[in-house]
Amino acid sequence: MCLAIPMKLERRDEFEGVVSLDGISRTVSVMLLPEAEPGQWVLVHAGYAIAVVDEDQARETLELIGEHADAMRDL
Amino acid sequence: MTPGDPYHDPAAVRSLAAAIRDESAGLRDPLTIMEVCGSHTHAIARAGLRSVLPPNLRLISGPGCPVCVTPVDWLDRAVALVRRDDVILATFGDLMRVPSSGPTLEAVRSEGAPVEIVYSPRDALDIARAHPDRTVVFLAVGFETTAPTIAAALVEAEREGIRNFMILPGNKTMPEPMRLIASDPAIRVDGFLLPGHVSVIAGWETFTFLADDHGLPGVVVGFTPVDVLRGVLEVVRQRLRGEARVANLYGRVVTAGGNTSARRLLDQVFVPAPATWRGLGEIPGSGLDPAPAWAHRDARNIDVELPEPHEPPGCRCGDVLKGVISPPECPLFATACTPESPVGACMVSSEGSCAAWYRHDRLGSRGARP
Amino acid sequence: MKAPQRILLAHGAGGRLTRELVERLFLPAFANPELEDLDDAALLPELPPGRPALTTDGHVVDPPVFAGGDLGTLSVNGTVNDLVMAGARPLWLTWAVILEEGLDGELLATCVEGARRAAEEAGVRIAAGDTKTVPRGKGDRIFAVTAGLGVVPPGRGVNDRNIAPGDAILVTGTVGDHGATIMAHRHGMESTELVSDCAALNGLLEPLWEAGVPIHALHDPTRGGVATTCNEAAARSGLRFVLDQQALPVAPPVRAVCELLGLDPFYLACEGRALVWLPEAEADRALEILRGHPLGRGSARIGEVVDSAPGHAPVEVRTVSGALRPLDLLSGMDLPRIC
Repeated sequence: MCLAIPMKLERRDEFEGVVSLDGISRTVSVMLLPEAEPGQWVLVHAGYAIAVVDEDQARETLELIGEHADAMRDL
Repeated sequence: MTPGDPYHDPAAVRSLAAAIRDESAGLRDPLTIMEVCGSHTHAIARAGLRSVLPPNLRLISGPGCPVCVTPVDWLDRAVALVRRDDVILATFGDLMRVPSSGPTLEAVRSEGAPVEIVYSPRDALDIARAHPDRTVVFLAVGFETTAPTIAAALVEAEREGIRNFMILPGNKTMPEPMRLIASDPAIRVDGFLLPGHVSVIAGWETFTFLADDHGLPGVVVGFTPVDVLRGVLEVVRQRLRGEARVANLYGRVVTAGGNTSARRLLDQVFVPAPATWRGLGEIPGSGLDPAPAWAHRDARNIDVELPEPHEPPGCRCGDVLKGVISPPECPLFATACTPESPVGACMVSSEGSCAAWYRHDRLGSRGARP
Repeated sequence: MKAPQRILLAHGAGGRLTRELVERLFLPAFANPELEDLDDAALLPELPPGRPALTTDGHVVDPPVFAGGDLGTLSVNGTVNDLVMAGARPLWLTWAVILEEGLDGELLATCVEGARRAAEEAGVRIAAGDTKTVPRGKGDRIFAVTAGLGVVPPGRGVNDRNIAPGDAILVTGTVGDHGATIMAHRHGMESTELVSDCAALNGLLEPLWEAGVPIHALHDPTRGGVATTCNEAAARSGLRFVLDQQALPVAPPVRAVCELLGLDPFYLACEGRALVWLPEAEADRALEILRGHPLGRGSARIGEVVDSAPGHAPVEVRTVSGALRPLDLLSGMDLPRIC
């Protein structure tokens, strides 16, 4: 359940940070994510950053999907 | 939905759907897969994914819609609270139209009661800051994903000395009802699409009991059409191989152990408690109550008079939530109960399975094609 | 232009303060001979040939000033567009405001200037107006009420009953920019890229008429967005519309707001976009003309008209999986959700 979307962490202090996506930015709490660093993508839910996006994993998934899509386009 | 986004690439969707059709042809028995999470229900309906699955694969919705499983007496209390003249209610938009024993929050607001819709528990804190003479009660619903944000808001209120901020505790946790469903002989489920964002907090290891104790496959997936179809394909493959394990296909945000800071905060603020789930009844240990040190933030300690709770007659939300029936099998579906005038909670929330079926699948289920 | 610091109840009482407001604020802004007579009713010159079209509209928006416009621009453009959607050339407007006691005069001045600029850009005149005030707490800062008068030139006409199977459905730009701008503001989001699409559409659509494009129907997808407008038009036409999810143009910041707040772009309001129904064979030519105008660069074909059929909803969307799903009217308000 629960809507959450990846946004880029622009800056942060101990409690708050600013996240952005496609020209939209919002102040969120980073209390649940003390390890997140500016420049990283974080998952945002209800005004809180709740996870750091693992870029290696994300890339791997995209490659797998790309193979599926290419297979279909080649048909 | 996003053109150019691989997770919504029609070619990838077609390719995965074809793979699912090909491979599931080798299944001996039809498969019933439960998508536990309401956001999955919403995503599946929105992308029309049911219609690309072969007839021997059935997707059913589980109890992971927080609005749908919230019992009427809890809503009755919310309504009673906002009718006091010293309380402002702050809520996620999702709860506004859920039926209580009396009026909905939307109806009480139209009578002039202060019900504020917020995007974040922190917005509710801002309202408390702006109205020091009132008590702001935040309606705390949601599972493991949302509960830590509410715990964090309570900690922030404490840190900043915001005394007039309280919650009406209604947060719940997922594993307990899933254990119930997995072990109920009346409910036929062969595998689970596991809630991706609950897993972000709780960690995918939380769900290994499904495989270990019940021999059922579970796949943690994200919320795009491609994510969901990859999850379905994984369940099919595990069944074909005679396997049952928890697979994590949402590794970009989900780890084995989840978010430890969030879990620590949950343990600090909440204690497990019995909770009533609409349709499932009381489940021990499935609720989150404020720990004794946080009792002063618990709005259940505000004195209100409550009506005798009554569930709408004829409503079969309970059976829908357990996956015993699909929405169209309820006699009220699309007749007495529609999104315009919902009888049960499952028709209200956009991620409720009845609303999702009504909005996106009610014609598709009859085989409508262009 | 001079606005009082704060609006008092007396500004709407018809006495000296009302007169000052009219003379210092409204008259200089809307300057035209028909208004300046300040008579009980404005006497207009004779209308050009064609069928007169008349519309009225009430306007409330929170916040009253937003990126890309304000209550003034919104009220004028909204009224102009209602006329344009009927195939009319807009000519005259009335503009009345209801002000809450204590309103910041600067806000009023901003909205008056917005209305002035919008009227100028749309080529219409504000020929009559009115001011009323309500006690503090009895209104939300500023409301505007308008009427609009235009003329449908001979030989022109749009009607949902003209919509025919095989028609293409075009939209004149990205959808939901206005709705997303408002929602983002209400829920603590900031953006330099998110701007309301609020605009008058006569300048964009007139070239289509001049080129002889046989437009069957026109609508502006305001409240309730493309989904609601299409449902209303489908009901009146007795036909079925099939929209393509992938073809719906949505600007990236609008998409981001939707994902963050759980909103659907199909339901977000536009204030400067039109939906156009016309024969399929004319679609490419129309798109080329529309895209040649600054307001129409993002024009796209988003769907087609087919015969209604049992088991189908009046408006359906072809999803990413190729399946059709019904696109219903919005039930209640489109609220931000987290679940």
